[in-house]
Amino acid sequence: MARIGTIARRTFLIGSAAVVGGVAFGYYAYKRPAQNPLLEGLDSGTAALTPYVKIDQSGITLITPRADSGQGAYSVQAMLIAEELDVGLDQIRVDPGVPSPAYYNTALSSEAAPFRATDDGLVAETTRGVMDAMMKFIGMQITGGSTTVPDSYDKLRIAGAVARETLKAAAAQQSGLDVAALKTANGAVILPDGRTISYVELAPIAATLEPVQQVQLRDPGAWRLIGQAVERLDIVAKSTGIATYGIDLEVEGMLHATVRTNPRRGGPMNSFDASAARGMRGVVDIFEITGGVAVVADNTWRAFQAADAIVFDWGPAPYPAQMEQHWQVLSESFNEDHLDSRRRDEGDVDAAMSGAEVITAEYRAPYLAHAPLEPISAMVRVAAEQVDVWAGTQIPRLLQSTVADMTGFGVDHVHVHAQIMGGSFGHRLEDRVVREATEIAMQMPGVPIKLTYSREEDTSHDDTRQIAMARGQGVVRDGKVETFDLGIAMPSVIASQIGRLGFPVAGPDMQIVAGAWEQPFKIPNYRVSGYRAPELAPISSWRSVGASTNGFFHDVFLDELIHAAGADPMAERLRLCWHDPSRKVLEAVAEMSNWGAPLAANKGRGVAFCMSFGVPTAEVIEVTDTPNGIRIDTVWVAAEVGRVVDPVNFENQVQGGVVWALGHAMNSEITYSDGQVDQQNYYDFEGMRHYHTPQIHVRGLENGDHVRGMGEPMVPPAPAALSNAIFAATGQRVREMPMHKFIDFV
Amino acid sequence: MLDEQNRAKECTVKLTVNGTEHEVDVEDDMPLLWVLRDELNIKGVKYGCGVAQCGACTVHIDGVAVLSCQIPAADVDGRITTIEGLGTTETLHAVQAAWIEYQVAQCGYCQPGQVMQAASLLSEIPNPTDAEIDDAMSGNLCRCGTYLRMRAAIKAAATKLQEA
Repeated sequence: MARIGTIARRTFLIGSAAVVGGVAFGYYAYKRPAQNPLLEGLDSGTAALTPYVKIDQSGITLITPRADSGQGAYSVQAMLIAEELDVGLDQIRVDPGVPSPAYYNTALSSEAAPFRATDDGLVAETTRGVMDAMMKFIGMQITGGSTTVPDSYDKLRIAGAVARETLKAAAAQQSGLDVAALKTANGAVILPDGRTISYVELAPIAATLEPVQQVQLRDPGAWRLIGQAVERLDIVAKSTGIATYGIDLEVEGMLHATVRTNPRRGGPMNSFDASAARGMRGVVDIFEITGGVAVVADNTWRAFQAADAIVFDWGPAPYPAQMEQHWQVLSESFNEDHLDSRRRDEGDVDAAMSGAEVITAEYRAPYLAHAPLEPISAMVRVAAEQVDVWAGTQIPRLLQSTVADMTGFGVDHVHVHAQIMGGSFGHRLEDRVVREATEIAMQMPGVPIKLTYSREEDTSHDDTRQIAMARGQGVVRDGKVETFDLGIAMPSVIASQIGRLGFPVAGPDMQIVAGAWEQPFKIPNYRVSGYRAPELAPISSWRSVGASTNGFFHDVFLDELIHAAGADPMAERLRLCWHDPSRKVLEAVAEMSNWGAPLAANKGRGVAFCMSFGVPTAEVIEVTDTPNGIRIDTVWVAAEVGRVVDPVNFENQVQGGVVWALGHAMNSEITYSDGQVDQQNYYDFEGMRHYHTPQIHVRGLENGDHVRGMGEPMVPPAPAALSNAIFAATGQRVREMPMHKFIDFV
Repeated sequence: MLDEQNRAKECTVKLTVNGTEHEVDVEDDMPLLWVLRDELNIKGVKYGCGVAQCGACTVHIDGVAVLSCQIPAADVDGRITTIEGLGTTETLHAVQAAWIEYQVAQCGYCQPGQVMQAASLLSEIPNPTDAEIDDAMSGNLCRCGTYLRMRAAIKAAATKLQEA
């Protein structure tokens, strides 16, 4: 995997260093490297060897363009560069960089392609390549879809290697020695006599050289960092309270703002009366913005208090007012008129069910808020010459163009300063808070405006996870699952989300069936249909997107059929699974959990499997049926990711994702009454707390050919494994989330 | 009329935060959270919910964990310690050191509150059981789900403090 030939196919990814590389003419216009943004305004004596490595007299800066919402993205990106650059993580700074086409995300477009992650065929690979080129054309600098590691894994290591080899070339020029005699370590080139020349010293010479294009990546056996637990670059700051988030920004002359917009999302504001609020201490101004009102004050709390004192007359919502109407819309979408995709249709499902005893079930999954602990915020200053935007965001480049459009400034005059994020889970893929802050700042030129949402405003105005419903029909025979037919109905997440960002969306939305249609099982009669319900309340990507609901539907229905067949849940999944890496994760959780060992009468175990984002993930959950309710005791997780870059960060991500998934499955939903979200704060949208948290054992497998990201794939199987475990312990089948409607949890 | 009401609410508040005395002129119902964050620019104290549901705003008053969103600054009687005063990068508190050793944080936004709650717990119960940890910590929400690492870190810090 460390051969030049392998790299050449991907060299167009890395910017100025790799213009050559056997790229066919005709694709070249798309594959030509994006301009290296670090070369703009560079001081002399500073080397920007690739878009990812900058060295000046103050030291070495690694650019880590994927946003860090807590998943450790900055550290992982830095590790990949540092591995090849031969620097220690204590010798570098990281900088999220500026929005630039050089930092587009190629892996995300692959995930959007209508091919199974298990499909390595020519058509799938070619189409992924075309989508890569398209993505580059659009210049999407997006963090999402568990793509940070897959997108960065080759790109950043190559960037590090290019920088290293260019620095060696500089050292060869300075010393007059043959480059082959030079080595590198700890941020310096080592000469044959043991003398060292630091990268910083070499930077001025390196800046005059064409970056070396022929590089060879290290063999994994030589890695110092990848595969090791490193101390996260942000861990000290985050443990001592000195980490500064977007909401913490404090600059000279700034004012604090908050907004109120229609709780009936997207409905009109008929009128408002701010007479009481205007006289309140610290209030600077109150004015109308798109969809509502902004309050500007000298303090966040005073802005909140004043907003509470405004009396509004809100118009109706553009979607059904009551929750049961939302469910009704989904229920009425299971028909050919709404058929969006049916890319899994094997055997003859209809014939198999004709005359057979058909097992049926219906499942539901609710709207869910993202509710990161840091409420959303953004700071914007519209000055005479430029606009500055400070925000924790997954979409810096889109924000830049949005703000440029709003303010009339060219994108070159819109500076986006990426902030670390107090969680996101997909929330910060939206641009509303930045649009609103920009609108306010445009009213007050020159004044930095920090817009902060109250928790209540954030919870009740979130673009939530989709609502979804599924209907299963199946037949079992001779102890085996023979026919599996699952229909899933939901509105299109992608149409709702991308539509808000101003992009047209065409074709089927594979998120409607993600986590279901592409599962690596061979069932004689096997059909998965996606039904696209009409648009309802605004929805968005919520950690694991379509699979967050569909992993539950697909695996719980499979479990129901397996139990009806009288088969062992683990053995039958293994029998049905044709994909070797997926079988290995099932075998791993079976071994980890000692599946099949006798259990106390009041205990039960469930297994679930879901492949999402290309990661086969299996989970076993053990519960106890106590006199006061169900206690989740232990979770075992195995996932195939190709390469675990940092085992501690990996374990932390997986444990946290399981807590995330189970907490919401147990306790959480967003519902609408009179067009408004019923939930306001963590007291009615709680998730999991310390006392609920089970033991969670994690194993990352490295058998696959592809390196995958682990931000999301642990989420889809967890609610299914819980439902399956509750059934095993109690005989009660839970087909709807949140489960606390049917089950007491202790 | 409104102005009179507002004036009537204003008061001068004297606070000792991390050993430094401050005097602020604020409304008598402004929560300590917002006085610390927006008047004194002490940003290790986090706003998460404002209604005693998440614990991100936890500080110590005379060493005891208190939710700063729930107490008006004017009502504070005692010395306030925030995460910045508990320990610094050079002089880490045992809980902070354990948080680093166990790489607890993901997004980290809840962690100042978690660290303050855990430090308060260990000052009351030097060697807490799992149930005592649950009782003390369950008011502190972590949306990233780092609870297991926190539990391990609390036990490690307890051991370290008892050895000291």
